[in-house]
Amino acid sequence: MSEDVQAHIKTYMKVGGALAVLTALTVIVSYIDFWGVPFAVFVALVIAATKGSLVVSFFMHLIEEKKMILATLVLTVFFFIVLIFLPLLGHADRHGEYYTLPNANAPTAAPAAGH
Amino acid sequence: MADVTTTEQAAPAADAHGHEEHAHGDHGHHDLGFWQTYVFSVDHKVIGIQYAVTGLLFLLFGFVLMMLMRWQIAYPGEPIPLIGEWLGDERAPGGIMLPEFYNQLGAMHGTIMVFLGVVPLAVGGFGNFVLPLQIGAPDMAFPKLNMASYWSFFVGGVVMFASFFVPGGAANSGWTSYAPLSVFATTGQTMWLVGMIFLITSSLLGSVNFIVTTIQLRAPGLSFMRLPFFVWAQLVTAFLLLLAFPPLEAAGVMQLMDRVAGTSFFLPSGLVYADAPWEATGGGSVLLWQHLFWFLAHPEVYVLILPALGIVGEIIANNTRKPVWGYRVLVYSVVFLGFMSFVVWAHHMFLTGMGTTMSSFFQTTTMIISIPSVVILSALFITLYGGSIRFTVPMLFALAFLPMFGIGGLTGLPLGLSAPDIHLHDTYYVIGHFHYVVAPGTLMALFGGIYYWFPKATGRKMNDFLGRVHFWGSFISINVVFMPMLIQGLAGMNRRMYDGGEQYLMNADVLWLNEVISIAAWVLGLFQLPFIYNFFRSIKHGEKVDGNPWQATTIEWQAPSPPPHGNFSAPPVAHRGPYEYSVPGAARDFLMQGEPDTAAEPAKV
Amino acid sequence: MDIPYIVEERADTGLNNVKLGIWLFLASEVMLFGALFSSYVLLRLMAVEWPFGVDVLNVPLGTFNTAVLIGSSVTMVMAYASLKMDDFGRFRMWLAATIGLSLLFMVVKGFEYNHEFDIGNFPWTSTYLAIYFTMTGLHALHIIGGVVVNTYLLFPGSKMWTTNKAQFTNRVEAAGLYWHFVDLVWIFLFPVLYLL
Repeated sequence: MSEDVQAHIKTYMKVGGALAVLTALTVIVSYIDFWGVPFAVFVALVIAATKGSLVVSFFMHLIEEKKMILATLVLTVFFFIVLIFLPLLGHADRHGEYYTLPNANAPTAAPAAGH
Repeated sequence: MADVTTTEQAAPAADAHGHEEHAHGDHGHHDLGFWQTYVFSVDHKVIGIQYAVTGLLFLLFGFVLMMLMRWQIAYPGEPIPLIGEWLGDERAPGGIMLPEFYNQLGAMHGTIMVFLGVVPLAVGGFGNFVLPLQIGAPDMAFPKLNMASYWSFFVGGVVMFASFFVPGGAANSGWTSYAPLSVFATTGQTMWLVGMIFLITSSLLGSVNFIVTTIQLRAPGLSFMRLPFFVWAQLVTAFLLLLAFPPLEAAGVMQLMDRVAGTSFFLPSGLVYADAPWEATGGGSVLLWQHLFWFLAHPEVYVLILPALGIVGEIIANNTRKPVWGYRVLVYSVVFLGFMSFVVWAHHMFLTGMGTTMSSFFQTTTMIISIPSVVILSALFITLYGGSIRFTVPMLFALAFLPMFGIGGLTGLPLGLSAPDIHLHDTYYVIGHFHYVVAPGTLMALFGGIYYWFPKATGRKMNDFLGRVHFWGSFISINVVFMPMLIQGLAGMNRRMYDGGEQYLMNADVLWLNEVISIAAWVLGLFQLPFIYNFFRSIKHGEKVDGNPWQATTIEWQAPSPPPHGNFSAPPVAHRGPYEYSVPGAARDFLMQGEPDTAAEPAKV
Repeated sequence: MDIPYIVEERADTGLNNVKLGIWLFLASEVMLFGALFSSYVLLRLMAVEWPFGVDVLNVPLGTFNTAVLIGSSVTMVMAYASLKMDDFGRFRMWLAATIGLSLLFMVVKGFEYNHEFDIGNFPWTSTYLAIYFTMTGLHALHIIGGVVVNTYLLFPGSKMWTTNKAQFTNRVEAAGLYWHFVDLVWIFLFPVLYLL
């Protein structure tokens, strides 16, 4: 039991280190303009997803969790994806223009970035 | 809660065996006193009854709001009789209803009926009271959370109710609270949002509790495929509440930000309100609100229906003395129904400029979701075939549910197809459709459930004659209320008109139906009086019954009536499926789930 | 009357009530923040212009806060591991560290908010700032919730260690799961709001 926990603690430390490194990485990458915004978004999300799965798998012990909890989470993730993408697809497939005028007093520091 | 007898009073109702065990079960429990026994109770039965009674009171309140609206629709511009003068000048000067007040009534009727009436009764009431008993559990998995759930609901209800008395009155942007109208609305809308956040918290706590209870506290031997259909329906409902409500909470927070912090989540640029540009940055999306709202509100429809289907399944099996037909099919259908209900929501939004691809997607999913609904309804109909039907009061309500829900479902199909929806959208046809599902449908089932489980909660039966008067009166008048609405809607009459559609020439042919509907609605109100009287009278003076007055099979009928704290005299064990009625060769026409095998029982059931 | 499976696991599900309950609660939370992320994406794609977080917010402070929150996750899991090893003293130390880091996060967040207000960035200034304040505000409420729970477990709630070790360890595990989830949300909030 105790050795088991000791092994876990080693993992926790490694995961903590990896998270710190990935945090640094995502900040550094954000300052380098590779191939425009879509690529930057992609990289940032990949790094965030990696960090997230580390936290969920090891800190929250999901990799050794029971089937019932995994099933619930798979269901949740499916609906999460539905929630993110269906409104977006609805926005992409529409009649008429929804684009609105620029905000009169929006922060001016940023250039109009592509979307 | 006058209708909860203490354990001491309960003892005589229990059979002798139950009494001994019961006294044993009470060992080590000190007397909790009035407040903890009846008000801040953690006992699932008390909480269930609290939910049910509060839900019934809100149903009555919502019904009164509707009766006021029906006066305005039938006789626009005429002073409301009897109570018109009490409404005050800001609502109805001289007893004549103002349009603003009509809008408040409309919005609050919907909100109260859905979130404070039917859901608390169907899920909070029946779920809390019946579900733990049916799975043979001593209580819910988290009794304190259960209490928190009720009191959070209660606070939400009080906030909603109080919103009638703030300046400008209650929320008046419809129960859907569409932006940007709702962002411009009076203070009542802020209270609506705050109230909703309490209600959402309540249902979150409740749904976690239901799922954990069902999965973890099933009696030994009660495998998933032996669960009564009602438990399955509640389990799926709990998942819907768990996963569909949070997006509305997020949307509620954002609308609150729009109203209080001046943000523009749901406000596009360039809005003009009251002849002046609206002071906000703009750049928001009104459709975002609709997406998030209907992401909840469509599954919410199934939250209203599924418990009713569960109740009807129990009552029909019991009163036909037959196993429900196709138990597994029912279970798979209800699970599939729950799953699909998450991906159909935008059929409420066909007329928002959505493109044909998305419309096709959503009308396809909508057609798919009608399949399991039809499967469930068919299975329940087939159960009737060849049964020796007992026409008890609960059975009458269950039998009425089947065609009513059928009409509700079938009238929904044209609305789920984008082409006919162009004509029917926002007409009285929509009102007729969803009321057929929820009022003659769900409410019939819930009334049936009250008559069915009342003996379990009190140890006494409700009066049979008054029950029949209540049933026939309600059944006939409720159809006279909603059937003409379908006709009016097909003629093109719009909903939400405070003059009942008088101003439009095209409504002239169907306008006379307004009066018919209104009179039927008041008659429907009158026919609830026998129920109210019957309900309260039967608590103390109803016919005394034993633990299993309906000769039912499921585990809750094994407990004494009313069940003591901790529910069962001895921990129940399930030996067979939930609906073993009329088993060939058995001594009686029912075999209870918890009865151990005997010689009288055939070897393999 | 005792509710079964509060501590011991039910044979056929392999779970206890608390574990299942907290995961269901977190599933619900996923949908709550999911709706906000969905709104963020939709509003951003609709917008004619949308500022880069880098140009509006203080990225070094945000990075520091990310590190603080990740650190608090590590200390939280260490607190749980200490209980598993029956070391109550170390548990208190690690849990106190978690609370300390959470408060540090809130202080830094407070400075950030204050700075935004100073330079005239309010929720009503732009849709970007609106969603920034809403999401981080809701996240901060979750942090406060976590601090309350952890403080309870550190002081009054820890009496249970002497009466029912298994149940107390369970509670700490549940609090930990919640805390890691709060960390997880921030892991996504940080790049989305600060870097993109």
